[in-house]
Amino acid sequence: MEVVQIQRRLVDYTKSLFMEGFLDGQFLQLQQLQDESNPDFVVEVVSLFFDDSEKLLNELTIALDQPNVDFKKVDGHVHQLKGSSSSIGAQRVKNACIAFRSFCEGQNIEGCLACLQQVKQEYYLVKNKLETLFRLEQQIVASGGSIPMIEMGF
Amino acid sequence: MGMAAESQFHVLAVDDSIIDRKLIERLLKTSSYQVTTVDSGTKALEFLGLHQNDTVNPNTPSASPNNHQDVEVNLVLTDYCMPGMTGYDLLKKIKESSSLRNIPVVIMSSENVPSRITRCLEEGAEEFFLKPVRLSDLSKLRPHMLKTKFNDQYQKQEENAAAFQSPKQHKTEQNLQQKQCNNNKRKAIDEGLSPLRRRTR
Repeated sequence: MEVVQIQRRLVDYTKSLFMEGFLDGQFLQLQQLQDESNPDFVVEVVSLFFDDSEKLLNELTIALDQPNVDFKKVDGHVHQLKGSSSSIGAQRVKNACIAFRSFCEGQNIEGCLACLQQVKQEYYLVKNKLETLFRLEQQIVASGGSIPMIEMGF
Repeated sequence: MGMAAESQFHVLAVDDSIIDRKLIERLLKTSSYQVTTVDSGTKALEFLGLHQNDTVNPNTPSASPNNHQDVEVNLVLTDYCMPGMTGYDLLKKIKESSSLRNIPVVIMSSENVPSRITRCLEEGAEEFFLKPVRLSDLSKLRPHMLKTKFNDQYQKQEENAAAFQSPKQHKTEQNLQQKQCNNNKRKAIDEGLSPLRRRTR
């Protein structure tokens, strides 16, 4: 594929991620903070998000599997996940966390388990999408092209 | 982003989340501030040179006595919700310390809880930022740092003026007095306004 074609694909793909609500304006903020002195800033922060999220999802799975669920602990983990997803602009993960927290407050175990599944699903979806996005960027750079700036009004 | 005059400002950023530390560090550097990040309130106090009396660290080198700030910090930007010492606790510790209380403190939180915001502002926080913090928020930090810097310099000048009453100094003294007058005037206006504001509410 020609560089121009990959560049166009990247633009379309990025736009679709915003249209479908996977990402919000915060992700654009991250991109704005990336420059020549920090060429891998977005990938670095998003990788930290992946590590952190997987650790938290694991801890949530264990915490909700206990005979006596410590809802305060569960809420603490969800709070962290909500914070980090909001910091990178993973909007759908963040929204799923908001619903999750209301079930923690109501100490509703069924609701919490359903939300955990929902959060996991949204997390793996956005992870997949972001990895595709980064792969397209790498392809462009490897072919000697530059990453097109995506302008969106937020 | 050239070497602006503001690059001398040093911000201590406190957040338990590594993602947010990374983000805030980048935001501050992009805004030409010098940055140090730490992951807890306790480490922030250590960095500021304030050791709690009950937990005196024997490893502290004798060269840096307690309550002595080795590196100048112009502002503390701290997360609210942290395990152990919260951002609010850290704010209180700073404002209770005679050596640190002049350092402006700004709190960040992902939750928009009005009572929390009021509590922090009442305790002496300069600003309350909702997370995620954006580049546009950071422009609000500068006036607080400039204010403190000016006050510190002013205090020093005042001390000098009082110590040496030479004719050379006379002019500066006049200037200072004038500044003081202006300050008083502004204060008076503020004071005059506040009851009015209260009445209209």
